[in-house]
Amino acid sequence: MNTKVKIDNLNVHFGSTHAVKGVSIDVPENTVTAIIGPSGCGKSTVLRSLNRMHDLFPQARVTGKVLLDGGDIYDRGVDPVAIRRRIGMVFQKPNPFPAMSIHDNVIAGYKLIGRLKKSDADEIVESSLRRVALWDEVKDRLKSSAMELSGGQQQRLCIARTIAVKPEVILMDEPCSALDPISTVKIEELINELKERYTVVIVTHNMQQAARVSDYTAFLYMGELIECDTTKKIFTNPEKSQTEDYITGRFG
Amino acid sequence: MRIPSIRGLKSGMMTLFMASATLAVLLPLVLIFAHIVKMGFSSLSPDFFIHIPKPTGESGGGMANGMAGSCILIVLASGLGIPVGVFGAMYLVEYGGSRVSNVIRFAADVLSGVPSIITGMVAYTLMVVPMKSFSALAGAVALALIMIPIVLRTTEEQLKMVPDTLREASLALGVPLWRTSLRVTLRSAMKGVLTGVLLAIARISGETAPLLFTALGNQFWSRKLTEPIAAMPLQIFNFAISPYEDWHRLAWAGALVLVTLMFALSLTARYLGRNKYQS
Repeated sequence: MNTKVKIDNLNVHFGSTHAVKGVSIDVPENTVTAIIGPSGCGKSTVLRSLNRMHDLFPQARVTGKVLLDGGDIYDRGVDPVAIRRRIGMVFQKPNPFPAMSIHDNVIAGYKLIGRLKKSDADEIVESSLRRVALWDEVKDRLKSSAMELSGGQQQRLCIARTIAVKPEVILMDEPCSALDPISTVKIEELINELKERYTVVIVTHNMQQAARVSDYTAFLYMGELIECDTTKKIFTNPEKSQTEDYITGRFG
Repeated sequence: MRIPSIRGLKSGMMTLFMASATLAVLLPLVLIFAHIVKMGFSSLSPDFFIHIPKPTGESGGGMANGMAGSCILIVLASGLGIPVGVFGAMYLVEYGGSRVSNVIRFAADVLSGVPSIITGMVAYTLMVVPMKSFSALAGAVALALIMIPIVLRTTEEQLKMVPDTLREASLALGVPLWRTSLRVTLRSAMKGVLTGVLLAIARISGETAPLLFTALGNQFWSRKLTEPIAAMPLQIFNFAISPYEDWHRLAWAGALVLVTLMFALSLTARYLGRNKYQS
């Protein structure tokens, strides 16, 4: 299987804090890779390094390599905007644009950059919403505000917005932590379908969720990668005792 | 039966004290407004809004040129001051490093504390001296200098209140930072920014001192922006210190119009500002 994203000896510093220490993970194409670990272990920091979100914070310093299809996204001359077009992101809290309608939220990635023909727009809106199984719930009120939707619907809208710009990789930062169990099930089913077209990296502190949705799991602790293997191996027969302690709930 | 305690007595006295403090704040406003209405209302007539001042000795006339002049000055000053203030604030919040931001912020605070007569002198040096003429442009520059710090600081506060999650949502879609700032961040803060802009306009529409040796004022219609131009506060000032009863009445009418305008602007600003938290 192709390696879509290769994280190679990644280090992230925030000021004097060394948040991520020499992490290397291979993310195979069309799979779901989960990053698990206790709070503050650096899993979100690793995830946000993958689409250069740390660029916004002058105090953050990223070293090491992140290869997307073999090309380092941190190479000089690489445009972070172009990278973010190829690597989309879904956040912990659903964050639809409050000033936009449901319809406009889906095509926000186009609208904010330029214009989009109405026929194209309608097509993208319908196909994206169908793919996140939200179309039937909202097709009669596409013009109403996105803030009228429930939390779970908002999160699916955010996923629709992300896939509307046709990324190759989707990063998910604890996408279900603000949702109720029923919405969580829907998102998890969705993640399972998404891997047919996309490569998914998901951060979660819910180990059952990692076990349910992912093919590969990386366990991070105190900024270091402890173990990374198939999800089955990590959850049944981990190499390291720390991993076993964590997944059996002895700490974290 | 309750015996009045020392504590109850203290509480009562404090309440009384605070009530009178409130009254002391409100009373001057009410008195000023009442007096201006009383003196100005009788002098208000359609003539006031459509005629320019008559020569001394003739009765009648109005402040039409002053009103038009004030409008022109406000539009020009807004054209200069709003972009600088808004984009300056965007730079502070979205791009600036903390040191640069602190310097700019400090400069804005000092600028807003500078007496407006000094601002007028700065505009005089910058515009009137090189152009060798008092002009509407010089007046606009002076007013813009007063607007900038007000617009900058209110816009900055509003932009800071936009949650980072919105910026990130836009950036993660591959929208460049400058477009995100303009179309997501600024747009979300729009109502608050508008409030700040209206307050700044209300403030400059009543400024007199910075116009004294920039726009200068005149008694007729101005044709060019490079010539002196009339403005309501200036006309009020000139008429009020004149020895003619007729001009005094015009000054009162002008004061009434000006105060009403500022009142309306402040109310609109408050209305916009309040709406923000309901939606």
